Amino acid sequence: MRMTLSQKILAHKAGLDTVTAGQLITAKLDLVLGNDITSPVAIRQLEKAGNRSVFDKDKVALVMDHFAPNKDIQSATQCKQCRDFALREGITHFYDVGRMGIEHALLPEQGLVTAGDLVIGADSHTCTYGALGAFSTGVGSTDMAYGMATGTAWFKVPSAIRVVLEGRLAPHVCGKDVILHLIGNIGVAGALYRSLEFVGDGCRTLDIDDRFTVCNMAIEAGAKNGIFAYDEVTAAYLIGRQKRPAVPFYADDDAIYEQTIHIDLSTLRPTVAFPHLPENTHTVDEIGEIPVDQVVIGSCTNGHISDLRAAAEVLRGRKVAKGVRAIVIPATNEIYLQAVREGLIEAFIEAGAVVSTPTCGPCLGGHMGILAEGEKCVATTNRNFVGRMGHTSSEIYLASPYIAACSAVLGKIGSIEEV
Amino acid sequence: MTGKVHKYGDNIDTDVIIPARYLNTSDAGVLASHCLEDLDPTFVSKVNKGDFLVAGKNFGCGSSREHAPLAIKSAGVCCVLAESFARIFFRNAINIGLPIVECKQAADDAIDGDNLQIDLKSGKIHNPRLGKTYGIPPYPAEIRQIIERGGLLGTL
Repeated sequence: MRMTLSQKILAHKAGLDTVTAGQLITAKLDLVLGNDITSPVAIRQLEKAGNRSVFDKDKVALVMDHFAPNKDIQSATQCKQCRDFALREGITHFYDVGRMGIEHALLPEQGLVTAGDLVIGADSHTCTYGALGAFSTGVGSTDMAYGMATGTAWFKVPSAIRVVLEGRLAPHVCGKDVILHLIGNIGVAGALYRSLEFVGDGCRTLDIDDRFTVCNMAIEAGAKNGIFAYDEVTAAYLIGRQKRPAVPFYADDDAIYEQTIHIDLSTLRPTVAFPHLPENTHTVDEIGEIPVDQVVIGSCTNGHISDLRAAAEVLRGRKVAKGVRAIVIPATNEIYLQAVREGLIEAFIEAGAVVSTPTCGPCLGGHMGILAEGEKCVATTNRNFVGRMGHTSSEIYLASPYIAACSAVLGKIGSIEEV
Repeated sequence: MTGKVHKYGDNIDTDVIIPARYLNTSDAGVLASHCLEDLDPTFVSKVNKGDFLVAGKNFGCGSSREHAPLAIKSAGVCCVLAESFARIFFRNAINIGLPIVECKQAADDAIDGDNLQIDLKSGKIHNPRLGKTYGIPPYPAEIRQIIERGGLLGTL
């Protein structure tokens, strides 16, 4: 049948034996996601369409994470709209302050997504769940509204780029470096409209958090989705967590790919994306003296427990350089608690960093770390567009938690070798 | 559709189309008043109803905020012409009934201030300054249906 992994899932959910790239299909959804910015628009659309109810109260997830805890009255109003809607509709998976986390870390953690699922979310980083062998992709509020009402969405079946990973990453090189290297290679439109399918023996050496990071930033290459096939790493993560059984799909042996890219993981160096596009990558060895004003460690890209462990490994027993503001944001309350139990939070505070409740906050220039004119920030987040974190003349350098923590200690962008 | 061209470059992202600091509202008028503010602070004052936004590749990359096409539409832009679109922006524009057209040559050739004619029905773009006409492939039937019903919710 010559289908890619992504196409196999789409065909199954559309009730078709086979699909081909470019075909328009309507498929059944396992989960529809929205946050406090995108959901109010969708909710209003459902109201306008005659107060349509949700198709399944167990298959809608609303997560108050972007401007929560609320930064101003308008943000509070938007969260209230979501809260009222969730109550009215009896939405099972409504996550508010105290139970919430950054959506793309929270949903997998709570077992709401599993292998073989088809998920849409009104947030571009919904592609994160490809790490679990799910087809998941970001959409807008109107698609979310339609999905909530009908349990379906229209898709143009994507073609795919196959990314063959070989070898094993060196110490202090991680999933962030893999995806930044790839985006640097193919560009921010390099995978436009297509799937990024990660295959090869090197996949087995990437833990689930690394896979989340890699799939999370598939959108930064323009991709529709990023995906790893279900294997023992996926199984180990899902066991005892998933709410329904995993349904593994695999690409056909003779699947058609538009392009194949090989990456030898053992050759990768820590990588930094310079302003103002994620494709402006340099290895840490090519970087001169770049002083930093702020460091952010967190986000849906790198707020996982392994990211906090990496940051703590660097910061424990060291001090954040004078003049640098270091902000650490665990992605979920469960990760936060785990970090407390492991002593990571103590290490951050003793080093002179601050630790925030889970929020998307500074990543999109919302709150909790906005940049002033001309300031430079090393962030483990996902975008470094003009004005993304504050003033249009501020600069964002995207990097791994290791590089971010090292930069906090050094007061300039640097690596573990320099600390 | 006939209107004036406002020309920008490649990779125009949704953060510059409508910065996140304004996402604490989805009021179309408010969003329109900040449209493209971080890229061109003069845009809102010079755009007129029925004008075209013309850009290079990967227009609308970045976040899924539907506030971006909504801000553009509400600012008066009747159609976006680009070499290519980021896929979520493409969906969002279709879903809210903002016409968008992919045509590399026409987008490349147009300059700021050009008067352009775009006819979606006949699939033609005309640039009177150059005396050039460009063909554009029609949307698939399913997408045409969404546009004709004023957006995706019209098909519910």
